[in-house]
Amino acid sequence: MRRRFAIALLLFCASALASANPEQEARVKALSESLRCLVCQNQSIAESNADLAQDLRGQVERMVQSGATDDEIIGYMVERYGDFVLYKPPVKPSTYLLWAGPFLLLLAGMAVFVRVLARRNRAAADAPLSDEERHRLEALLQEDAEGERR
Amino acid sequence: MMRYLLPLGIFAVLAAFLWVGLGLNPREVPSPFIGKPAPAFELAQLHDAGAKFSPQQMRGKVWLLNVWASWCAACRDEHPLLVDLARRNVVPIVGLNYKDQREDGIRWLRRFGDPYMLSVFDPEGGVGIDYGVYGVPETFLIDRDGVIRYKRIGPITPKVLDEELLPRIKELQG
Repeated sequence: MRRRFAIALLLFCASALASANPEQEARVKALSESLRCLVCQNQSIAESNADLAQDLRGQVERMVQSGATDDEIIGYMVERYGDFVLYKPPVKPSTYLLWAGPFLLLLAGMAVFVRVLARRNRAAADAPLSDEERHRLEALLQEDAEGERR
Repeated sequence: MMRYLLPLGIFAVLAAFLWVGLGLNPREVPSPFIGKPAPAFELAQLHDAGAKFSPQQMRGKVWLLNVWASWCAACRDEHPLLVDLARRNVVPIVGLNYKDQREDGIRWLRRFGDPYMLSVFDPEGGVGIDYGVYGVPETFLIDRDGVIRYKRIGPITPKVLDEELLPRIKELQG
């Protein structure tokens, strides 16, 4: 019993130590999640267990502890691994299309939509009746008139 | 007419983007180092823990920095090419033994040949991070002024050697 208590106490102390500074820890977590692991490309360095991701996580942690700002840490990574480490690519000439693309597509889609609607309205308004339609119309009107007379 | 031309045009643009985009190798991350000075470091040598090496010592020479490890299978693939390159005295090659055990590294070189002028020992991978290393092997071509001119990620193949590496080395040495 006493041993179990000692172990529990030890675990408690260890976890207390680990989260000595929750604010810093949150920053390390946020930064790690915004950086791409280069070995496993579709995971962030927070998710990945690759060796390199662990090293980079350690590097982020050290830099946070030594008081580096988020921008400094991101800059440090970009300097070494290029824009590729960022999940959020920077806005610059080579990425204008990437950033503007969805909005351009939306605009194009809206333009097509408006044109189709306009054409449909016009078609409905101006189209003269075909012979067949005219016969049906006359028949209906006649039926109606007969119905009323009865 | 427009009815057919427009979709055809859109298809052509999409096809062109996909053709180029899918042809790219996602593993080849454009290196931000090309044209920049090689990061400075000072590390102990693999064979002699007492002796230091720093890139500064290579000033005035065109040289290769090759990142390798005994645990790296692809390094074994490119190794004969490096050994051959060293035998022909084309260019001095410095090895960066990356995240390795000293004995393992030394044993590996004894077994497969040692093309390196010297190897430096980076067990923690700290210099690796400074050089943006993420896939061993990697090779940096550094010019007389200590500027990185070319980087190869992954093993050097005979094709890469003949078409990309050797012409650049010649040009820089010339």
